[in-house]
Amino acid sequence: MKSSSRHIGLGLLLLLLAAFPLVAPLFGLEFYIGFVRRVLVVTLAAASLNFILGFGGMVALGHAGFIGMGAYTVVALSDAGVMSAWVMWPLAALVAGIVAALIGTVALRTRGVYFIMTTLAFAQMLYFVVVSLRRYGGDDGYTLTGRPGLLPGLDLGNESNFYWVVLAIVALALWWLHRATQSRFGHALMGIRDNETRMRALGYPVFKLQLVAFAIAGAIAGLSGALLAGGNGFVSPATMHWTQSATLLVMVVIGGLGRSWGGPVGAVVWLVLEEALKQHTEHWHMPLGLLLIAVALWAPKGLAALYKRRLPLIPDLSPAGRGSKT
Amino acid sequence: MSGILVLEQLLNGLGYGLMLFLLAAGLTLVFGIMDVLNLAHGSLFMSGAYVAAEAHTRTGSFTAAIVIAVAVTVVVALLLEVLLMRRLYTRDHLAQVLATFGVILVADDIVKMAWGPSPVMAPTPAALSGPIELVDGLPYPSYRLVILAGGLLVALALYLLVNHTRIGMRVRAGASDRPMAELMGVRVGRIFNGVFLLGAALAALAGALMGPIVAVQVGMGEAILIPALVVLVIGGIGSVRGAFVAALLVGVVDTIGRAFMPMLLRATLPPATAADLGPLFAEVAMYALMVIVLIFRPSGLFSARS
Repeated sequence: MKSSSRHIGLGLLLLLLAAFPLVAPLFGLEFYIGFVRRVLVVTLAAASLNFILGFGGMVALGHAGFIGMGAYTVVALSDAGVMSAWVMWPLAALVAGIVAALIGTVALRTRGVYFIMTTLAFAQMLYFVVVSLRRYGGDDGYTLTGRPGLLPGLDLGNESNFYWVVLAIVALALWWLHRATQSRFGHALMGIRDNETRMRALGYPVFKLQLVAFAIAGAIAGLSGALLAGGNGFVSPATMHWTQSATLLVMVVIGGLGRSWGGPVGAVVWLVLEEALKQHTEHWHMPLGLLLIAVALWAPKGLAALYKRRLPLIPDLSPAGRGSKT
Repeated sequence: MSGILVLEQLLNGLGYGLMLFLLAAGLTLVFGIMDVLNLAHGSLFMSGAYVAAEAHTRTGSFTAAIVIAVAVTVVVALLLEVLLMRRLYTRDHLAQVLATFGVILVADDIVKMAWGPSPVMAPTPAALSGPIELVDGLPYPSYRLVILAGGLLVALALYLLVNHTRIGMRVRAGASDRPMAELMGVRVGRIFNGVFLLGAALAALAGALMGPIVAVQVGMGEAILIPALVVLVIGGIGSVRGAFVAALLVGVVDTIGRAFMPMLLRATLPPATAADLGPLFAEVAMYALMVIVLIFRPSGLFSARS
């Protein structure tokens, strides 16, 4: 009963989101079609971070680097004249996944704050690599030649069409991520988060499992980077700045660590607040900063936790728990 | 490549390294003792730089500017400690990252409200604006020499305080094994308050000294925070000695990467490739150093906790 009502809720949400480009013009909200699309894409990136952070206990502070890898794969392909989405998007995910796997092999040797810093260091290196690529605009960024092509007769240059494609991909990827967390693999990952030593003693290949999860999260972040690039028609190194990684981390924690809806809820709350505050004041950082402090002090399990029933999936945030401590 | 140029760059690297040490020392002690990861440490650096620039312009005295900058920043740190940090001791690193990242956002906006979004001029003290001929053919800016000397003096004082006083002994005990230190009667909480304020004072001093040679602007705290964290991690968390060695290492490696790598590349590669790769190596050198150190010593060079 509970699960079926949940399915109905999800179906309704999906329907509402799908109908948005049709309804928006009636209320003069065309501008927000692009905004909602961007939120959807960021939602995907946040969910991929939640996969390793919330479910895997890996506090990675370099996730924006993988988004950037995906975006710059699209840039490189576009620059080379390849405009097929069938090539661009999978390749973006693949490149980001491979880069994540390579980084993971080094970063996963460290623990705790050293892990945070190693992932940050690698993301910084990626950031400076793209800054130095003058062919792709260096510091100034790169303007793509156009939207990618997906199917003959489907014009992705049309804002609504692109929106629907993004919605479909994001919904599918989120569903897949959700299934992954419920699979044997996902449970093993949570087991490692809660007690690494025990999992190792049970014979689980801890390093391999973490590496695979890290690479998957990187690949999905890369896909979101590709969708972001395609939608904006512009890519700049700013996408990969470390504060972007920190913002993603913030979204996941605000939404609720290790909850299927944590990443999406956090991304939506953060981006909507940011957009709303920007329209009212030039000093929109301060209220967001105060919100962060408030969440850290009074709602450490995120907004999702305020509504949902307690699940056994929540990572223990107290110092006594495994959490992110070493 | 002349010896004089190398010497000049080495001095620049040491100066930068010493400033990084002033930041990293406070950061590593706070982290080592209370296990609090304070991302807002860079904001204290920014506070030092802005207050010093303002005070210097108003009073015309460089010494007064530094004293005022340190005093104001310590008061800010005290407020931060009472209002926020205290509540974060018992929380995990993620909550600390979240809250102190929030502090960064708030601090940047406060500075923007007070001084506006564009960079502020921090004057170089008039008496120190000329160069000094160190050896034949090397005129070196005297202000940079003051930074070097000041950084070294503070580092020495800190070394003596931490390694050769009773207070320092308690600080080290708290950093390497807090529960044991508490059992032995050390009031770690109180020690921490002192260390947190001392760290803020050092950060403010670094900001006040660096002001005239870097751009005093919103976001300068974030820009220096990452190198300071790199120093902390290379040195090993909780170790002042590690922070010192790592800071000099990072300062020199960073300066070498900036000054000599482009030169070396130009000499060995086609000009276009060299122009592309030069800045890359300059920026990446520090992070590459950290990753290499962590591959061989996953908890830094001199970790206080083994």
